[in-house]
This record gives sequence, structure tokens and C-alpha cells, in this order.
Amino acid sequence: MGEKVTSSGAALTHALGAVAAAASRVPGQARPAVLAERPDATVVRGGRLVAKAHAPGTDPGELALRLRVAAHPLLVGVLLSPAPLPDHGGALSTVLLGRSVSLWPLGEPVDRDDPDSAPWAEAGALLARLHTVPPARLPGPPPRMRGPVSAARAVARMLAAGPGDPAVLAAWHGLPPWARGEAPQPRQMLCHGDLHMGQLVRHPAPDGPWCLIDVDDLGLGEPTWDLARPAMWFAAGLLDPADWGRFLGAYRAGGGPAVPADGDPWPHLDAAARALAVQTAATAVAKAAQEGRALDGAEQSVLDTCRRIAEVKCSSTPGDDPRPARTRR
Amino acid sequence: MLCPKCHGPMQTFTRSGVQIEQCGNCRGIFLDYGELEALTRMESQYAQPAPPPPGYPQAYPQQQHAAPAWGAPHGGHHGGHRGHHKQQSWAHMLFSS
Repeated sequence: MGEKVTSSGAALTHALGAVAAAASRVPGQARPAVLAERPDATVVRGGRLVAKAHAPGTDPGELALRLRVAAHPLLVGVLLSPAPLPDHGGALSTVLLGRSVSLWPLGEPVDRDDPDSAPWAEAGALLARLHTVPPARLPGPPPRMRGPVSAARAVARMLAAGPGDPAVLAAWHGLPPWARGEAPQPRQMLCHGDLHMGQLVRHPAPDGPWCLIDVDDLGLGEPTWDLARPAMWFAAGLLDPADWGRFLGAYRAGGGPAVPADGDPWPHLDAAARALAVQTAATAVAKAAQEGRALDGAEQSVLDTCRRIAEVKCSSTPGDDPRPARTRR
Repeated sequence: MLCPKCHGPMQTFTRSGVQIEQCGNCRGIFLDYGELEALTRMESQYAQPAPPPPGYPQAYPQQQHAAPAWGAPHGGHHGGHRGHHKQQSWAHMLFSS
């Protein structure tokens, strides 16, 4: 994102690298490497582990609950399991320089230079497994899935950066309250909350099976949210229909509960996919304003999608039968 | 469901997210509130073939991948925007929230 690296940022990356290298017990060959440095996360590799500093303002209690879910045996092979921090009595998180920090095994991410290699079918299958984990058997109870709250934050960020785009705001106000984070979500299933292709890694690296990473938005909520970003990309004309078909097909084949096993999934996906279009467009408008640039082609496609969304009323609720019995005259 | 006009059996099918009932007997079509508007909007946006001819809805299976009424023109069906925005130009979006 081009954010400047401050001295405190350098101190943080140094501390994270030291934690990861010490925990992986190969400090000699462990040159810490910064894998990601964004306003909401810093990730540093040391040896075969990576240390992550979560977003400033992260609730340590909620993060601890999310980490316990990720570490639970029911999630093995679905979510990457966090590693205990050395000398912390088995704790999965700590605070370093004011930031919540967790430790993870090294995974091999999707190749950003080869988007055609993105594992769409694996992503769909993993989400089906995640959504079918019985919440009652999880430690916690887990916090709520934070997707809708993140969408609201994106809209707030757009409005803080400028006047905001009218089409994005119109689409936002047409959403049901749950999709704006203002009411309980229709269903309470274990959800990732922020699925995209940066959220899958092969573990063990470099060629183990794919699994999901990033627990920051993980929690109980409406499972169509996890399908909604690829759904929106497809509907916006960005995602190849074949890739969308692989993703949705694998999700259905895996018994995923977000949409019925066959038939048109859109009455169920509609609200969440609209929300993801708004979140994506709002983020793009805010970033473009801050960077003093115009929207790129993909961002403009999502903005155009918001314009069409604002013209077509959103009426269905995910999980409901979209065609309740009618009384005919 | 029975046809309100001739009481023949009605079949349900879906076009781009809009569900329609058609009578197998008199070929009449029943639309819910708002569905006519949604169809009209789509027909003007999509320039796609007309709905299936009467009597043979099953012979015209819905598009391989259904799309919402607000989808991009031709979005997801015939390439659409992908023709203008090659994968590389939207690949950054694949990896961000």
C-alpha cells in the first residue's frame, strides 16, 4: 500500500522477527523477512514460523477466543493452527509494543503473479467444512463474524476521505440492517468473514494441502458472507464464470449450508454480495481519494455494479425459502 | 400450484434470479409483484434471448451460472468486462479485503 515505514514500524518488525526466529529455534539461519506491512497487520517470518501483529485496536479477548477456535482439533485442515508463543505458558497471543501478536507456521500463499493458479475449488470445499463445524462443540462461545462490521467501516472510511460516492451510499442504504452490521445476522454458523485469495496458504509450505488463514473476522454469523465476495466478482463481470462455478460447485459438493444444494443460489447470496460490492467500492473510493488517483478498471466495474444494485430492490433473506407459499385468488 | 385461469399445473423456472410460473396447459405466465419490472430491466440491459417459448421451459435450462438482476451486462455469461479488463488488471482485487 506504500505506507511509510516509521521507526515504531521498524521496531515492531524487528520484535516480530525475533519472536518468530526464537520460537522456530533456528535463529542462526533465520533472517527475519517482512511478509506484509499494512495499517491493519504486520507479518514477519523467522525460520519456519511467522509472527503477526494484528490491527491496532484489536480486542485481545476476542482475538484469544478466535485463536482458540483456530487451534481446536475440529478445525485441523480447515484453518491454519496457531503456534503457542514461547515462554507464555501455552498462550496463543501476547502484546508487543502495544499490538496483539500471534505466531503461525509458515505457509505458501497463492502466487500473486499467477492469478490463474488460484485454488477456487479448494476454497469452496474449505468453506463448506468451516460452515459445517458444529458451533456448540467450539470453545468460547466464539465472537460474532465481523464481515458486516468491516463493510460499515469501509463506508465510514470512504466518508472520512471525501464526500463519498452517491451510488455506493445508495446501495449501502438499500441493504438489510444485518448486512450493515446493525442487526444480528440471519444465521449463526462458523464463518471466516473476509475471504479472498490472500486468505489461503499451502501448509506445510511449499506444497502441502490448502487451508484458510486470518482469524481476525472469524466468528459465528451468516455463511453467505463467505461466498459473497467471489459471487460479487462474478456478477460484476470480473471473475471468470468457470472459476465461480468451480468455487460454488465445490462448496455445494462439500455440503455447504449457505445455499441450497442445487437451483439458483442468488436469492440467498443477494444481500451479502451487494454488501461486498459496497465494501469493495467504498474501500476503492477511499484509497483513490487518499492517493489522489482515479479508480482503475476493476474498481470502476465494482462502482458500476453498486449503481445497478441501487436500482434493484433487495428483498430476500439468506436461508429462507425464497418462494414462500402464495395464496392465490 | 394451479393456474388461476384454467387450473392447469404451473411450473416454476428462473431467469437471471427472477422466478416465473408458467401454466403447462394454457401457457399463461404468473409474475410476482416487482418481477415484471425486474424482467423488463434485464431485457433492456442484457439484450439476451427472449424467455423460453411456451410449453417447453425444461428444454431451455437456465443459464449455466445464474446471475443477479444487478449483474454486469453479460456479466459472467459471455466474457463481458473481462474482454476489457484482462485478469492482470483486476488480480490485485483478488488479494485484498
